[in-house]
Amino acid sequence: MSNIKRAFENGKAFIPFITCGDPDAETIEKLALAMIGAGADLIELGIPFSDPTAEGVAIQEANLRALAGGMTTEGAFKIAENIRKKTDVPIVFMTYANVVFSYGIERFCRHAAEIGLDGMILPDVPFEEKEEFAAPAREAGLASVSLIAPTSHDRIKKIAAEAEGFVYCVSSLGVTGVRQKITTDVSSMVSLVKCANPDIPCAVGFGISNPEQAAEMAAASDGVIVGSAIVKMCKEYGQDAVPHVESFVREMKAAISKV
Amino acid sequence: MDKKGRFGIHGGQYIPETLMNAVTELEEAYNYYKNDPEFNRELTELLNEYAGRPSRLYYAEHMTKDLGGAKIYLKREDLNHTGAHKINNVLGQVLLAKKMGKTRVIAETGAGQHGVATATAAALMGMECEVYMGREDTKRQALNVYKMKLLGTKVHPVDNGTATLKDAVSETFREWVSRIDDTHYVLGSVMGPHPFPTIVRDFQAVISREIKSQMLEKEGRLPDAVLACVGGGSNAIGSFYHFIEDESVALIGCEAAGRGIDTFETAATISTGRLGIFHGMKSYFCQDEVGQIAPVYSISAGLDYPGVGPEHSWLHDTGRAKYVAITDDEAVDAFEYLSRIEGIIPAIESAHAVAYAKKLAPTMDRDKIIVITISGRGDKDCAAIARYRGEDIYE
Repeated sequence: MSNIKRAFENGKAFIPFITCGDPDAETIEKLALAMIGAGADLIELGIPFSDPTAEGVAIQEANLRALAGGMTTEGAFKIAENIRKKTDVPIVFMTYANVVFSYGIERFCRHAAEIGLDGMILPDVPFEEKEEFAAPAREAGLASVSLIAPTSHDRIKKIAAEAEGFVYCVSSLGVTGVRQKITTDVSSMVSLVKCANPDIPCAVGFGISNPEQAAEMAAASDGVIVGSAIVKMCKEYGQDAVPHVESFVREMKAAISKV
Repeated sequence: MDKKGRFGIHGGQYIPETLMNAVTELEEAYNYYKNDPEFNRELTELLNEYAGRPSRLYYAEHMTKDLGGAKIYLKREDLNHTGAHKINNVLGQVLLAKKMGKTRVIAETGAGQHGVATATAAALMGMECEVYMGREDTKRQALNVYKMKLLGTKVHPVDNGTATLKDAVSETFREWVSRIDDTHYVLGSVMGPHPFPTIVRDFQAVISREIKSQMLEKEGRLPDAVLACVGGGSNAIGSFYHFIEDESVALIGCEAAGRGIDTFETAATISTGRLGIFHGMKSYFCQDEVGQIAPVYSISAGLDYPGVGPEHSWLHDTGRAKYVAITDDEAVDAFEYLSRIEGIIPAIESAHAVAYAKKLAPTMDRDKIIVITISGRGDKDCAAIARYRGEDIYE
């Protein structure tokens, strides 16, 4: 669990998301290492799910491409294991409840911990349902990352009090995807978290796609999470995405480091 | 029901954090209004004066004689305004949304029956309405798309995933996440996160409440079996609910086997599915061995869904209700059978329950009684059934 903390020791954290198997397993491993080389502080690895209800079109399509390419939960474990052999940077899985439930929650957590993963994010498991997953995860030594949203209001206190790893602060209403503008008062959300749990880092995600937005969100928090913008590059460039994503990550990390 | 909206191990609230306050607010409002005499007076008036309740409990004499066994009654939900049981739930939810100060409702639809019912209630109560429907279904059910537009609703074709009902549900959840303050999601079946399975069940329970009193009036006793088709399961739970405590009444849900439960072209969730978590609930789902939701198939667009409501999963676990699978062929035969023998064209969904009654009734004594819920009327299905029989007609 303490390994996730390391992601926030290098100034504001930059947290990229990629979907295992999109465009393919080998490219995803290269991408993860290239992003770490370019300054990524924590890697979110998506395990594809057929019906990702919290995602916008970009990540929905990435999930379906990965599944069509034959990616499985075991395949995602293999990718994570290969990446872990080459880096100490924190890695978390991001997937949907049914993927973990179907694998067997305890078995999933034990396997993830064994290969050196640090945590998991399940966007369809809110505070009320979390112990079903968080208890076996804790047992295995895996952090369950909680999300807070602009609609959370008085829920933030209890979520933050029990948060593990970091708090994933959802920047806006709606699903994942690139947004022109983020209007939510993110700093108020973050300060509510810090009131309840001063030690837990807060990273902001949903809709962040350019250095200006990243800098703005980083100023209000401990780091930023970027998914759709990177996944779009994977779609556009396929196996040639590595240098494009690498320079994007470098630019984003530079932007938040000035904050 | 246990706490946190559980039916045994099923149910729960597996949804994004963004929606949690909305469902909590909905639960609080529902718990208040369900006991509010004024709300109940308004809803009863809508159900009776607008939707045409109570619906008839019709003695199907010709079918009874033809099958030569149990006496058969039909609960005529097909006679409701908009032609199906869907209106019972929709009038309740839209009235509730209005009381909560919402000005806009959204809904998913498969065949279009729930979409048309929601569009109807929205027109009646002056709410803005948008409906999400799989692109494939908008083509197959063009008439219902037109009806919704006529009623002032905006219809969004959904191209994501398999472009059918499950994707329409996912897309409606996505829309709700992006606009919550003024919007209520009128879920069409006893599924999704708590409190939806309970709210929809309570609004549909009018069906079994009426069956019970009508049956006591006509026969002076309870029926021996109640049959209803099950997709998500709202007309079935509505038909079962007030009989759950009456152990002598067999409760039988009829799922869509499609081309057969030994094929991949099926939608029979309880017969072929596994426990999983999807669309906000823990329940049985058609899925592959690693938990990817399976594409499902049935001739009936209303039963073409890979999951089933959590209360049905619980009734299955406890053995209180029994679930059987009916193939396309059997359902189409029953569709034609009821049309000819009683002059009643049932929805192809409801024909699944009629098909099982054809098997069950002859095995029962003549002093036994079966009730079949005819959840909707079959006008919408005529063109598809004609095509199934090789006739090319236009709607």
